Amino acid sequence: MKTKHLMLCASATMMIALSACNQNQNNNSKPAVDIVAEGNPEVAEVTGAPNVPAPVGTRGAKKFIVNLETTEMEGIIADTIPYTFWTFNNTVPGSFIRLRVGDEVTLNLKNAANSVLPHNIDLHAVTGPGGGAAATTAAPGKEASFNFKAINPGLYVYHCAAPPVPMHIGNGMYGLILVEPEGGLPKVDREYYIMQGDFYTKASTIKKGLLEFDNDKAVAEHPDYVLFNGKKGSLLGKNMIEAKVGETVRLFVGNGGPNLTSSFHVIGEIFDNVYLEGGSTISHNIQTTMIPAGGAAIVEFKVDVPGEYVLVDHSLSRAFNKGAIGKLKVTGDANPKVFSAEKLTDH
Amino acid sequence: MYKYFAAIMGMLLLFSCQKQVRTTSEKPMLQNTFSNTLHPVPTTTKMVYIPGGKYEPFFLTDSIEITIHPFLLDENPVTNQEFLAFVKANPQWQKSNVKEIYADTTYLRDWIDDTTLPKGAKLDAPVCFVSWFAAKAYSQSVGKRLPTLDEWEFVAMADTDTFNARKKPEYSNQIIGLYSQKDRQFNSVKESTPNYWKVYNMFDLIWEWTDDFNSILSTGDSRVGEYDDKGLFCAGSATTTSDNLNYAAFMRFALRTSLKANYTIANLGFRCAKDTITVHQNNEL
Repeated sequence: MKTKHLMLCASATMMIALSACNQNQNNNSKPAVDIVAEGNPEVAEVTGAPNVPAPVGTRGAKKFIVNLETTEMEGIIADTIPYTFWTFNNTVPGSFIRLRVGDEVTLNLKNAANSVLPHNIDLHAVTGPGGGAAATTAAPGKEASFNFKAINPGLYVYHCAAPPVPMHIGNGMYGLILVEPEGGLPKVDREYYIMQGDFYTKASTIKKGLLEFDNDKAVAEHPDYVLFNGKKGSLLGKNMIEAKVGETVRLFVGNGGPNLTSSFHVIGEIFDNVYLEGGSTISHNIQTTMIPAGGAAIVEFKVDVPGEYVLVDHSLSRAFNKGAIGKLKVTGDANPKVFSAEKLTDH
Repeated sequence: MYKYFAAIMGMLLLFSCQKQVRTTSEKPMLQNTFSNTLHPVPTTTKMVYIPGGKYEPFFLTDSIEITIHPFLLDENPVTNQEFLAFVKANPQWQKSNVKEIYADTTYLRDWIDDTTLPKGAKLDAPVCFVSWFAAKAYSQSVGKRLPTLDEWEFVAMADTDTFNARKKPEYSNQIIGLYSQKDRQFNSVKESTPNYWKVYNMFDLIWEWTDDFNSILSTGDSRVGEYDDKGLFCAGSATTTSDNLNYAAFMRFALRTSLKANYTIANLGFRCAKDTITVHQNNEL
């Protein structure tokens, strides 16, 4: 009898403990669709590469308005060579959008009045037809919008999906949208935004010196330029990204394509963490990570040794001949235990 | 008692409201004074005889051929000068009088006033910022109509030498080159080389309304094959278009599907067509 009571008591306690546990788990993994976005809509901060907006931290889900403008503009693709880019917010890649799971977004897409063509946006972070593309198709000078709730954490590509899509993407119409998990990504010291794209060019028949999209080269997947952040040298010289010895660096790396897959590598560094394909699986100690066209990856590493670290697409002809090269400059004290270039004395 | 009082007060409020609306906005009253009847406008634009023929639409999976019957097409887009004459004769189409369901807020955007062209605008540049409704009304006023999409695309198949240049690789590429240039709409009509039919400016100045501009239900997304089997899709375009390398055609269809009939856009104008008086005989019979 006594034991029976004890058993009952014990099992009851276990049940309670279990259910408490369950409840806890439920709280942590509440379905994202059921997370309530609080407050009035605020205009989201968005940034041009290589900068990213502030981390979401521990804030709750909120309502945001994201404003993007599609433009067609002349910009420099390499050295002093102009190219007709098509953009989101006048930059290639387009503005970085940063959200957390459960956020509710009204996305307003305005197509500049002096655009020649219609544009739209397909966000890979969106669950719903076309990622918003049909809903946002805007004629020149017009505006379109739609609402979505971010329900999957990850780093996602967005791009224009107006036909002919390869041409819109080939001219630079892509960017990244990050959906952080509840509680945010772990804190790091430095964060940067890098996006690769392949460019297919020919001389404009109308304007001397100007390059424009070459359809035949695109179909043949034979680019003249493979670039980080839409411009040769965008991460070189005074544009190098920076960190100090001992700091942790997180790179949000996307690949707009339209065609090539990137073999992303940082010469002299090993990625401590790679969020594979921008999703939730974290792999460790990675030398080179594949980033598909229309895909992304988050890579993290601690910089231990000062120097210049070269970012490349390790499909190396692209780096050395077509422009897919950048640099991370690490300053600070030497760390001979980890790396020393001193010549050893001969014995 | 109170009930009655409230009712009376309510009525009074209503009346005073209405009165205010009337006194502050004279437009609705003015608008009523305009007749919607179209007044004819003379035109001197030369029309070109297009004999028609078989035409394979760009957007169909199966190689279905459509027969284009003979028709007449304006050799150039409607110009600023011509449209000015139209609004002078038809005040209901002046920018301060037009109803918003017929033309959105950017209708004739840069015109200085109802009957004054934009500063620096060339008389012989194509008129832009006109809605489909306005284009249709203009066409009627000159005794013509808008071309159908198929008619327009039939003529658009031509380059300078042949009536169907779609197979030539440089055909689409040249047009894409043109489409990539901004602000072409400010140039005069008929300054470039006409095509095989002696029709000018099919590609180099503006986009053009067609009568059934939205009959191709390509969504702006254009990849959602499962929803819309007629559309031009990114993924489906490889299989649903007769020549998927014709990027220029994709761009035109993309533009058309982004339009609503009351839209007015900086680089969108139109030209007119007309039925031929010749009775069409089917040769095969």
